[in-house]
Amino acid sequence: MLRYTLLRLLGAIPTLLLVIVLAFLLVHAAPGGPFDDERVLPPEIAANIAAYYHLDETLPQQFWRYLSGVVRGDFGPSYRYRDHTVSQLIGSAFPLSLKIGALSMLLAVIVGVGAGIVAALRQNTVADRVVMTVAMTGISIPIFVVAPVLVLLFAVKLHWLPAGWSGNAGYARLLLPVVSLALPQIAYIARLTRASLIDVLGSDFVRTAKAQGLGIVAIVRFHALKPALLPVLSFMGPAIAAVLTGSVVVEEVFGIPGLGQFFVRGALNRDYTLVLGIVIFYAALIIVLNLIVDVLYGVIDPRIRHR
Amino acid sequence: MIAMSASWEKIRGNRALVVSAVILIVTAAAAMIGPLISPHDYLSTNFEEMLRAPTMADMRIFGTDDLGRDLFVRTMLGIRVTLIVAIIASIVSLVIGVAYGAIAGYFGGRVDAVMMRLVDTLYAMPFIFFVILLMVVFERNFLLIFVAIGAINWLDMARIVRGQTLSLREREFVDAARLTGVSSARIIARHIAPNLAGVVVVYVTLTIPQAILVESFLSFLGLGIQEPQTSLGALVDAGVNQIERASWTLLIPATLLAMILLCFNFLGDGLRDLLDARQTR
Repeated sequence: MLRYTLLRLLGAIPTLLLVIVLAFLLVHAAPGGPFDDERVLPPEIAANIAAYYHLDETLPQQFWRYLSGVVRGDFGPSYRYRDHTVSQLIGSAFPLSLKIGALSMLLAVIVGVGAGIVAALRQNTVADRVVMTVAMTGISIPIFVVAPVLVLLFAVKLHWLPAGWSGNAGYARLLLPVVSLALPQIAYIARLTRASLIDVLGSDFVRTAKAQGLGIVAIVRFHALKPALLPVLSFMGPAIAAVLTGSVVVEEVFGIPGLGQFFVRGALNRDYTLVLGIVIFYAALIIVLNLIVDVLYGVIDPRIRHR
Repeated sequence: MIAMSASWEKIRGNRALVVSAVILIVTAAAAMIGPLISPHDYLSTNFEEMLRAPTMADMRIFGTDDLGRDLFVRTMLGIRVTLIVAIIASIVSLVIGVAYGAIAGYFGGRVDAVMMRLVDTLYAMPFIFFVILLMVVFERNFLLIFVAIGAINWLDMARIVRGQTLSLREREFVDAARLTGVSSARIIARHIAPNLAGVVVVYVTLTIPQAILVESFLSFLGLGIQEPQTSLGALVDAGVNQIERASWTLLIPATLLAMILLCFNFLGDGLRDLLDARQTR
């Protein structure tokens, strides 16, 4: 188990390195420097700024400086938020994004698995059709459509929930962002759970359990659910990536000062170091979380562990 | 009984497929013809008709936006842009994916292992963030949207094509071609590629909605299509800003975008089912 984890950890390093190299090269291939769109600076000041940000060094020198910084958790200074380093900005914005992301993953798993079980046990009934149609719709409709429509319905028309972030407090302002972020994942998880539970319920050990007189609730609870949830577990990797991407949209729609909003602002302001830092941070996060999912998979499914 | 339910499923699936195809064709036709019929254009602002609600009068059937521009014409234009971007991006991913997958599958062995290892590595990358980075660095270049989206979507295509090619290359006609001295490049282009058509067609219909999603995501964030040009994602974004005053500016493009995505997904699923049925027969 430890060996497997270490091997996977080693395997993640080249991917992460590739991410850093590609992102760094991309940013440095940008036409024009980061300060070009401001008023023309006297050459001495321009040279000073270039020296301060190490823009006067050769590309390999700059890359080496950047990489050794990244390893120490230092992503350099932000080009736009002058008094902050990128790491400070990420550190201040990430906890909020993490909270919203974690809550919506939790919601997605609970509701998705629940709906999937209902659909599987009531296969080909009206309940099943309803769950599956809603799920197909949920998968097809992008989050930047879902989130504003929910705002329109529950905040603007019904006045049940606050529409924005600032000026509101408590858990009410969390509800709409979390639900919008969770909806597409609920749809995927429900579909996955249904398909795999139907598959498992047709297997021999379930037939044996039935023959022993076990009720359907006990069969699902003690025998069928665990193997049926394995595909759901392996879906967690892509789901995490999707929630991260979605959080960019949700934070924009609801005006939440999280990492996603910094990312979009940085992108629109061409704050190269901030965008570069967040891309690398997101990449590392996705890679690490995928690793955790894979290791967990091995813990739960002994057939994988001994391969 | 099983056969009955299977055929029922199939008809039902086909009906979704047919309905989706019809809706998509009608939508595309409306997007092409609509702006020609309407007396308005997508560009002219009219400060006396800002945020006018949808009405049949003066052909303002989708109302106007906050600058008094006609939303029907803009929405039809947006559909055009969205569809064109998606189709071209899918062609980019198709060309890269088929070439890459066919080469890996045809040569097999070490070439295949290295090429697929690269695909696996790329899979682990958060591409959407790279696309944003790309759009930031290269100033939201329109052409780049195609390349960027195409460059994301070729990975799945490459995997599927490789799998098909692995089994195709063992077939007699490939042996026959090889024995008569046809070059590898020519075998891939003339003997392998045509046999991949079925899988590729199905997969492209599933790639198009993904490309639409990426394009509208970028446009929604203000990083895609730039004003005064527009796409469905950009229109949704504009609608969000008017959400309290003029909900139609959000609901119309949002509904159309959702409908187009849903139809492409049903179309792709339906085609895949049909193809699977033929393969298992």
